[in-house]
Amino acid sequence: MSFLDNFFSRKRPSSSTVARNRLQILLAHERGVSGEDDTNLLRTLHREILEVLARHVSVDQDNVNIKLDRGQNCSTLEIDIQVPETGLRAQVSTSASDLK
Amino acid sequence: MAQIIVVTSGKGGVGKTTTTAALGAALARNGQNVAVVDFDVGLRNLDLVMGVERRVVFDLINVVQGDATLHQALIRDKRCETLSILPASQTRDKDSLTAEGVSRVMEELREKFDWVLCDSPAGIERGAQLAMHHADHAVIVTNPEVSSVRDSDRIVGMLDSRTARAEQGERVEKHLLLTRYDPARAARDEMLSVDDVIDILSVPLLGVVPESEDVLKASNVGAPVTLAAPNSAPAKAYFEAVRRLEGEELPVSIPTEKRGLLDFIFKKRGA
Repeated sequence: MSFLDNFFSRKRPSSSTVARNRLQILLAHERGVSGEDDTNLLRTLHREILEVLARHVSVDQDNVNIKLDRGQNCSTLEIDIQVPETGLRAQVSTSASDLK
Repeated sequence: MAQIIVVTSGKGGVGKTTTTAALGAALARNGQNVAVVDFDVGLRNLDLVMGVERRVVFDLINVVQGDATLHQALIRDKRCETLSILPASQTRDKDSLTAEGVSRVMEELREKFDWVLCDSPAGIERGAQLAMHHADHAVIVTNPEVSSVRDSDRIVGMLDSRTARAEQGERVEKHLLLTRYDPARAARDEMLSVDDVIDILSVPLLGVVPESEDVLKASNVGAPVTLAAPNSAPAKAYFEAVRRLEGEELPVSIPTEKRGLLDFIFKKRGA
C-alpha cells in the first residue's frame, strides 16, 4: 500500500522547503514592521497628504489611513481617505464666494 | 589606507571568530598588512583561536582609554609576520568603549594597515554597532538554518542604517559567507541550499565554507584554519573568499556531496 500511497499521493514538501517558505513569510513581515524608515515615511506621508487636502477639503485627521505592505516582489501602499459630503461642499462654496 | 571589514552575524556560534582569524591569516599570507580586532569585550576569544592568549598585555579598551598605545597593544603573529591582533578586554565592561575612542583607534589602524578585520560580538546591541560603525565591507556569516538567516536579515538592515557609511548616504559593501554547510544534507533537502539563502537575504555570495573537522582541530591548537590546514576544504573556501575580497572575479565553488556507492544505489530520501 505504501508504494501506491507514494505513487498516487502528492509528496510531502521537504524540510528545507518548509524552512525557506517560513523564512520568506516571516522576513517579509519583519522587514515591514521593524523598518524605522517605513514608519517615518508613513508619518511624513500622513502629514503631507493632510496638508494638501486641507487646502481644498476639510477632512478629519482620523479619516486618513495609510498602510504599507512590503512583499517579496512588490509592495503596496494603500491610502484610504474618507471625505464627508458636507465638508467637500462647504469648501467649494466658500471658494466660489471668494471669486465673486 | 586600510579597508575595514566587519565580520558579523547577529546570532552567536555561527563562526565569526573562526572566520575573522581564517580570513585575516589568508590575507596576510598574500603579503597584505593585516590587523584583526576583537570587539567582543568581556568574552574575548580571538586571542585563543589565534593562539596568542598568553601574550596579551594590553587590549582594545586600554587603547581606547589612552592607557596604552596601539603599538603596545598589538600582538604580532609568530607564523605570519604581517598579521597582528588587537585583543578585547576580558575583565572590563563593554560600556568602557566610547564611540569617539573607537573612532580614533580605527583611524590609526586605517593608517597603519592594508586590511582591518573587526570581529563583532553576537547580538545587535551597542558592541555589535560599534564593531560595524566604521566598516567599508561587511562579511555576514550565516549558517543554513532558520534562526541564523533571520538574525542575518536584521544585521543587513542595521548595516544599511546604523553605520558611518549609511549616515553619509553611502553603502557598506555586504558579502554573504555561508558556513557549516553540509552538502550531503543539502542534497537530501534537509538543509537550506546556497541558493535559498542568497534568495532570502539578497546579499552577494563571498563563499561557502563546508562543515569540517579541520576547523575544530585548528582552534584546538590555536591556529587559523588557513594556516593550520591550508589544503583542507574550509581553508580553500577562505582563500577563495579572500581573492574575491581583493577584487578578483571568481566563481564561488559550492561544496558537493561525497557519496558512497551504497548511497548511490539506495538513493537516500529527504524528509
